[in-house]
Amino acid sequence: MSTNQRTTANRRLNRLLAGHTWVVYAFFYLPILVLIIFSFNESRLFGFQNWEGLSLKWYRQMFANDNLMQALRISLVVAVGSTIVSTVLGTAAALALERYRRWLGKRAFDALLYLPVIIPDVTMAAMLLVFFTSLGQQLSTVTIALSHIAFNISFVSIVVRARLANLDPALEEAAADLYASRWHAFRRVTLPLIMPGVLGGALLALTLSLDDVVITQFVKGPDTLPTFVFGLIKRSVTPEINAVSSLMLAASGVLVLGSLALQRRQ
Amino acid sequence: MTAEAPEIARASSQLEAAAEKAESRRGLTLAAPSYLYLIVLFVSPLVIIGVYSFASRSRTGRPLLEDWNLDSWAKILGDELIRSIALRSVVVALVTTMLCLAVGYPFAYYIATRSERVRNLLLVLVMIPFWTNFLVRTYAWRVLLGEDGPVTEIGRALGLWDATLFTLPAVYIGLVYGYLPFMVLPLYASIERLDWSLVEAARDLYASGFRAFLRVTLPLTRPGIIAGSILVFIPSLGAYVTPDILGGAKTTLLGNYIVNQYLTARNWPLGSSVSMAIMIVMLIATVWYFRSGARTL
Amino acid sequence: MKRIVSFFAVVALVATACGDDGSGDLEDAAAECQVDQTDGDLDLHNWSEYIAPELVEAFESAYGVTVNETFYDSNEAMLPQVESGGNDYDVIVPSDYTVTIMAEEGLIIPLNKSVITNLGNVDPEFTGLPFDPEGEFSVPYQWGTTGIGYSYDVVPEDWEPSWELLFDPAFADVSGSISLLNDPREVMGAALKYLGYSLNTTDQAQLDEATGLLKSVKDRIKLFDSDQFEDLLVTGETVAAHGFSGDFFAAYDEASTDTYDAYEDYGYGIPKEGAVAWVDTMAIPVTADAPCTAHTFINFMLDAENGAALTNFNFYASPNAASTPFIDGDILEDATIYPPDEVFERLEFIADTGDFETNFTDAFTEVKS
Repeated sequence: MSTNQRTTANRRLNRLLAGHTWVVYAFFYLPILVLIIFSFNESRLFGFQNWEGLSLKWYRQMFANDNLMQALRISLVVAVGSTIVSTVLGTAAALALERYRRWLGKRAFDALLYLPVIIPDVTMAAMLLVFFTSLGQQLSTVTIALSHIAFNISFVSIVVRARLANLDPALEEAAADLYASRWHAFRRVTLPLIMPGVLGGALLALTLSLDDVVITQFVKGPDTLPTFVFGLIKRSVTPEINAVSSLMLAASGVLVLGSLALQRRQ
Repeated sequence: MTAEAPEIARASSQLEAAAEKAESRRGLTLAAPSYLYLIVLFVSPLVIIGVYSFASRSRTGRPLLEDWNLDSWAKILGDELIRSIALRSVVVALVTTMLCLAVGYPFAYYIATRSERVRNLLLVLVMIPFWTNFLVRTYAWRVLLGEDGPVTEIGRALGLWDATLFTLPAVYIGLVYGYLPFMVLPLYASIERLDWSLVEAARDLYASGFRAFLRVTLPLTRPGIIAGSILVFIPSLGAYVTPDILGGAKTTLLGNYIVNQYLTARNWPLGSSVSMAIMIVMLIATVWYFRSGARTL
Repeated sequence: MKRIVSFFAVVALVATACGDDGSGDLEDAAAECQVDQTDGDLDLHNWSEYIAPELVEAFESAYGVTVNETFYDSNEAMLPQVESGGNDYDVIVPSDYTVTIMAEEGLIIPLNKSVITNLGNVDPEFTGLPFDPEGEFSVPYQWGTTGIGYSYDVVPEDWEPSWELLFDPAFADVSGSISLLNDPREVMGAALKYLGYSLNTTDQAQLDEATGLLKSVKDRIKLFDSDQFEDLLVTGETVAAHGFSGDFFAAYDEASTDTYDAYEDYGYGIPKEGAVAWVDTMAIPVTADAPCTAHTFINFMLDAENGAALTNFNFYASPNAASTPFIDGDILEDATIYPPDEVFERLEFIADTGDFETNFTDAFTEVKS
């Protein structure tokens, strides 16, 4: 092919790809649009034939709904708590696997870390329920958090390991020469280098915890937001859920765009 | 000098040995907390479920830790119903994975080939919808695909399709929607790390860009494809909320079946054995994957 | 590593085997209760939308305690919650056959009837029912029927309700627009009644016939749903729905406005071949930590006016004979909420079939495959 032909072919390909990409984005955001629109619907029922005009009443009702607010609070508490623990544990695990060549039981641990990822949600949910109840453990916020940590350690470790594997070992060797203590070398060099991975892992853990419905449904004491919605679906769905979701969307949008802006300044 | 050499050699090898042991201990210490955590909160529950698969069921549905039997395992192997459900679930999971791959690859490719700032923004835009509640998103699809939903209206106007809610295609839409990011992210990571000089060289070598892609780019991104496929296949296999909400609970998949056994039929031994069976199959598949040379997901 | 694993397994198994049976102590505590006594806040675990908020508030102010409400959507979801012992619900609202199961498993305590002074208000028809013959463990809460809600677009207003609307391939043009409950006993039961059998049968041949019937008419079914069947009917996604009486009426009421009466377009009927009558009851789980408050609450709900308020709120029938004067006239006159005797004869309560239960769930799974 001549260069010209290749360029036009490239450009056509580019446009096709771009078009495809925008269609996919539309696919992603269409339901989001719907849920935001219906958070302003006067009628309680979903469906375009049930549009009754704009109203803020669901937002007002949402704040007044104690059960909803409590579920939201519990969701956030569990998410933040389990994310912190699983990020620390997951990062440590990743370091142990990538930076230390041999230690007792390393291969078993490597395999063990993948299990929570490959196990189906439902199975993990059932076995955790059985586990907690056989031990006579009261189901509560704690059991939810413990369950979330159980699967999040693996996800965090995968992300951090990927990051670690890509790092130039020369940098860390240099740090080891420079700094007297390993801890210093870690804190000043390795940690900043893997920080994008750690943050990525933490973000993933946060998302997985906030959105989890199957496992939480089985081991919950009080409701988290997803299980509350699940239960609400069974009674009468009110657009209060849409209101909550829209606000969460706005909040996360602000958070994320904010952190991007910060990163750019770095 | 020669008299001291063996001393020095022994001393240095002792030092090395000591250093290695110290390193080994440090590695273990770092891993210890998560190791212990997973053993307590993952392995023992797994063992308990394994034990339950051999238990029996009381008249009123409580699992009894006596009268140990192989009934539930025999049922898995012998029951035609379970086999057809398993087969259907595998097909659904495979199709979902293929769809995600087909849709996700060009998407990830496009993003990975933008400038760095745009790339990050585009990726973030992929994640943001997943900060809303999964159930609400799924219910939004109910609106879109329902009798009066825009998707149905458009389909009817174009004469292409009728109401799609509570059908198998609706389930696929829901599953692809839910798991596409899990395919896109590993693909993106893989494509982004490509050595573009290789791609350029390939384009020079091959007459058509398509062959260049097929022979060079695609194989180079194989780790991403496999990682993404695993991350989509497994949850799809156990999906139960989406088939219920968007499929109208008309088709029983493995996920629904297991939940049914635990909650409705109150047949914990059977629920446990089916769960164990799925895990064992997954385990074999993963071991095979790693044996074939991959180092990490 | 193996040693650690087996250690935990043993611990867990031992813990399961030696279940802590605290029911004896709770029963004693309950026996000590006085009328109107409270011993702590009330944890009420109930079906959603099943109790009028004013009743909850009235109880709270009358007795100076807080009521913590939690919800469930099926007996099957509630059972493991109580079984696991991980919660301290004081009052639960199990359905008939669930009471049998829970009593047998020792999950609910015998009631101290001496403090339930309003027990006499209960309609004699609802005492001594098979699931709790001596009324030892439960007190009736509400009762209702499971029938068919339908749009007058597909059947005329004077149509005699029958399961044929759902199960007869030749009847009415409803292909792909009906919904059935997502419940094995209810759905298999409906098919069994249509075929002329008892819905508590333990005859596999009859069950197989029902399975065959359902599979043959599967293209009439749009979805299985136990939660939103009434909404889907009213929004036009379905034209007929298998579901619970009160839910339909609540939906029709809500859909009605000043200018539109939903009852002109939709109806509810109890099929002539027979259907399920169910009773929901109040019971006290063995994990309760405020048994006296629980008894007081049960007594409170049996009060004549409170029972009526309940019915006026959720449109289900009250088993409380003393409540009749206080119930809305419209509700009392509705033959589908308060069916006449000859209809009542054809209704059956769901009974637990013991080991045969799994056959029902298997049959249902097969239908859905």
